Parts: sequence; structure tokens; C-alpha cells
Amino acid sequence: MVHEAVNQADKESRSEAVAAAPVHVRNILEVKNLSAWYGNMMAVNNLTMSIHSRSITAIIGPSGCGKSTFIRCLNRMHEVSDGGRVEGKVLLDGKDLYARDVDPVEIRRRIGMVFQKPSVFPTMSIFDNVASGISLTRLWSRKRDLQDVVERSLKKAALWEEVKDKLNQSGGSLSGGQQQRLCIARAIAIAPEIILMDEPCSALDPISTLKIEELMLEIKKDYTVIIVTHNMQQAARVSDRTGFMLLGELIEYAPTKEVFTVPKDKRTEDYITGRFG
Amino acid sequence: MQNSKTMQAPSHKRGNSGTSGARRLGDRIFFNATLIFALLIVAILIGLLIVLNMDAMPAINKFGLAFLTDSSWDPVKEVFGALPAIYGTLLSSIIGLVIAVPVSLGAAIFLAELAPRWLSRPGSFLIEMLAAIPSVIIGLWGLFVMVPVIRNPVESWLGSTLGFLPLFQGPPFGVGFLAAGVILAIMIIPIITAVSREVMEAVPDTQREAMLALGATRWEMIQKAVLPYCRSGLTGAIILGLGRALGETMAVTMVIGNSYAITESLFSPGVTIASKIASEFSEASGDVYIGSLVELALVLFVITLLVNIIARLLVWRMTTVKAVIG
Ligand SMILES: Nc1ncnc2c1ncn2[C@@H]1O[C@H](COP(=O)(O)OP(=O)(O)OP(=O)(O)O)[C@@H](O)[C@H]1O
Ligand SMILES: [Mg+2]
Repeated sequence: MVHEAVNQADKESRSEAVAAAPVHVRNILEVKNLSAWYGNMMAVNNLTMSIHSRSITAIIGPSGCGKSTFIRCLNRMHEVSDGGRVEGKVLLDGKDLYARDVDPVEIRRRIGMVFQKPSVFPTMSIFDNVASGISLTRLWSRKRDLQDVVERSLKKAALWEEVKDKLNQSGGSLSGGQQQRLCIARAIAIAPEIILMDEPCSALDPISTLKIEELMLEIKKDYTVIIVTHNMQQAARVSDRTGFMLLGELIEYAPTKEVFTVPKDKRTEDYITGRFG
Repeated sequence: MQNSKTMQAPSHKRGNSGTSGARRLGDRIFFNATLIFALLIVAILIGLLIVLNMDAMPAINKFGLAFLTDSSWDPVKEVFGALPAIYGTLLSSIIGLVIAVPVSLGAAIFLAELAPRWLSRPGSFLIEMLAAIPSVIIGLWGLFVMVPVIRNPVESWLGSTLGFLPLFQGPPFGVGFLAAGVILAIMIIPIITAVSREVMEAVPDTQREAMLALGATRWEMIQKAVLPYCRSGLTGAIILGLGRALGETMAVTMVIGNSYAITESLFSPGVTIASKIASEFSEASGDVYIGSLVELALVLFVITLLVNIIARLLVWRMTTVKAVIG
């Protein structure tokens, strides 16, 4: 019953979102000649693309082609990895993320991330997990505000109904799919401008997947979403634009409909029709 | 029975029951061998307790529970009590922990989280090497190098600034509880550091990245993701250090001053259970005298056992909080 109600509400919001989408579109992120390495191994090769605000951009491509590496470059997480090195520019509202005077901590607050594997903090309660990002910024010292934000974030991540009675239990007590939604709630709680999602549904059942897709469609009203996915149907269902990567290069990047119906590149066509990858 | 049958079934189908039988035989031999070793350890422990108990009997019969609360140690009148030794053991170990824990955790955090790799590897190796120095050498160094420094400037400075506390009153002897505590700290820092570093390095990178991706600084990441994740392991590391401090003998005997007394001042000489046994066992004579020394050993045994049980419970509680509630 509850699920149905949520679905219903979200279906309505989906049609709203579709209708509202073309109004304020601007290029919130501009990636220019971005290359990334692990030590001597190049994982992203001279990649250029612009990301529209308030939209969902999907990145698809075979395993190991550099999708995760690429989106990790967008919030300066790549440099955390061993031997991680980046060249090129990523302009956020015209300002280069990789400029000398830019603090990566600040960038990560503005560009949130959900990882491929759910990574809840097992020693924290569900509540504290969601609040963990906010309490870092120290903007939400008042308990009341914190509670509101946690509740709102959990509702947005379609997890509230399942956890509202056990907010004090550890985040580790949730199922894999619930943990992933908890991570999403945690990421949206700090209200970033852009949310990067690295295969957020790869460990989820179809119902949780559907919920997360609905969530993406819901949050794209306020945020910009970039999602890496192996699931072609998912990319086709939710994204506005799709980029296809192969061996570290961006082969094709166009509105999702075009990529899936009239791909310009032979390799894209081969991949989406399942001939390789 | 049910289980073994169901496990057998598929191997018959595959038609390799021969190898599976051999494997089961191998399993059984391995199981029994390990069981025997495990029982052997328990047997040694119990045997040790029995032997200690028998040797301590003359003292146990003569003093009863008063042995634990009495402060005299008079071989001539044959009156013995363990209190000053218990007090000295606990006090010097606590001083050791108070000094060693922050230093070790700081060093471990540096090595595991902050240091570049070219520094972290040799750094960890050096610290682990420190643990291998024989304690008699540390004791000699302590006596000739450290004790003079502790007498002056450390103790005279502590006396003049914090002298209003009973802990820091009295003449600066050099040898004493403070010297013993410092030497114990030096001896347990390597082990606490090494274990803590390993425990921290076992924290999955996904935890660190998750915290960083929320906009945490490096320090916030350590404090909110790494340390909480491995706190039960860190507790274990500290208890391991405490266990070593409680039983440490040689170096402590050399710097504690061997005076059988209970004093508040950290500057005064004292004694620990282990140092008392080591310094007197060879010359002890008479059933009651020897029995008292053995009973001291028994007391130390019980103290370390208690510490380990408490540590187990702590670690266990922390991990089950994670597993049950979490
Ligand atoms: N930490 C690392 N150190 C060294 N090389 C790495 C590391 N992570 C990834 N790589 C390499 O970089 C390349 C791109 O990896 P990346 O994780 O970006 O691929 P992906 O497209 O996300 O793949 P998947 O779909 O399987 O997640 C791969 O060849 C991989 O082997
Ligand atoms: Mg990936």
C-alpha cells in the first residue's frame, strides 16, 4: 500500500519533471580535455563534455572503460586513490575545480557522491549516518533542524517508512538495498548542487531500483544528477543525455533518445545492441 | 548425521566419493589435531594454576585473605603481604598507559593515515624493531641515561609546578614509580603502535572515501570514519600493551628502586609484583617465604587474567553492538 502511494506520487512528479525540464537548462559542469591516470596507467583519455543542470546524465560503457574514474574526477575524489593524477579542466559554473586556490573539501560539499558499493558507517546510527555530512559543515547545530533534514532526506531516498521506528539502530543493520538508499539520503542531506552516482543500483532488487530511479527523477528538479550504469534500460528510462565511453574515451554523447535510437558511432551501436561489452 | 548425509549426496553424483572420503579423513585428522592442541593449552594453563597453588599453600594457609591487604614484607618474622606490590604494579602500569596511549595512537595515525608511503614503511619497521630490544638493555639504558634525566629536570620541574598535588610531592629520587612508568611506556609503545597501525590499515578505503566525499577534511575523516570503525581493535591493542606492562620484569626491577612501600608520590621508589619476585626468589628460603613469593605470582596471574577478560568483554560488546543493533 505504502509503496503504491509512493509510486503514484512519484509518477505524478515524474510527468511534472519532464514537463518542467527544458526551462532553466544551463551547462553547470564543463569538462575540458580531462585525462586521468593511476600511476602510469591512463584511465580517462582527453575527455570533453558539458553537463546540463537539472538533468540526469548517464554514463555507460563496458567494465573497466573508466566510468568510475571519470566521475571521481568531477568531485576531486580521484586524487585520493593511489597514484591518482588528473590533467585538464572541470569548470563548475565557469570556475575550474582544479585551480590552485580551490579547496577539494569545499568541492566535495557542492558535488556529492554515492559509491558503487554501499558504504554506511557501521558504528553510527541510521540517524547519525544521514546527519554525518551535515554535522561536518557545522551549519546545523540546532537539534531540531537536524531532525528535519534527516527526515526529509530519508523521505526523498524512499527509506523513511522503513526506518522511522529504528533511527537509533546502527546503519549496518539494514539490508544492502536499504544501505544504498541510506547512502543516497546521506548524500542529499548536505544539499549538494550535483550528485554523482556510481552504479547505485548494481546491488539492488528491481523494486529498490525502481525506487531509486523515481528518486533520481524527483531530485533532478533541484539537483543535477550524473549516473554511471551498466543497465541500458535504466539509462534509457531515466536519463536526459547519455555518454558512451570506451577505453577511457568518450565515444558518443547526445540526448538519450538519439543515442539509443540513432547512434552515430558504430561502436555505440554495437554496445547498446549487446554485440560486445 | 543429517548434515553429513546431505553433504555426501552430491559427491556420489559426481562419482568422486574416493577423493571426498579422503578429504573427510583429512578433515577429521586436522580437526582432531587442532582440538588436541587447543586442549593442551587449556591443560597447561590449569596445570600452571595447580602448581602455583600448591607451592603457595604455606602462605595461603598462614595469611589467608589478609595477604592481599597487608603491607608488610618481613622475611625475619615471616610476615608477608602483597598490597604494596599490587599497588606498585597497577600504578606503574597506569603511568605507562597514560604516557603510551596518546603517543602510540598519534604515531599509528601518522603512519597509517598521514605519512607518505616512503616514510610509512620504514617508520613502521623501525617501531616494530623497538619491540625486539631485550628488556634488560632497555633497563640498563633507563638506569644510566633516563633516570638522571627524570631526577633533574623532569621531577624537579614537576615538583615545582605541580607540587600542590600529592602525586608530585617529595624528594626527586630518580628511580621510582615515575621512572618505572616511563620505562614501561617506552616498552609498550612499539606494540601498541604496531597493532593500532595494522588495525587502522584494515579499515576499508570505502569508509574513508565515503567520509571524504561528504566534504570531510582529512582529520575529520580520521576522527569520524577511521577511529570509530576500528575502536574495538584499538582497545585490543591497548589491552595488549597493558598486559605486557603488568608482567614486565627486568627493566622495571632496574629502575623502580625496590622499596616495599605504598606512597602517593610518583617520585618515590616502589616495587611491582614481578620485580619483587625477580629480585628475591633466588635468595628466598623457608616454605612461607617462598610460598608468599609464589602467591604473589598467583596474584599477578589473576590480575592479568582479569584484565584480559575485561578486554575481551569490551571488544566483544563493541563488536556485538555493531552486529546485533547493527
Ligand atoms: N585504484 C586503482 N589503481 C589502479 N588502477 C585502477 C584503479 N581503479 C581502477 N583502475 C583501472 O582503471 C581503469 C578504469 O577503471 P574504472 O574503475 O574507472 O572502470 P569502470 O568503467 O568504472 O568499470 P566498472 O564498470 O567495472 O566499474 C581500469 O582499467 C582499472 O583497472
Ligand atoms: Mg566502476
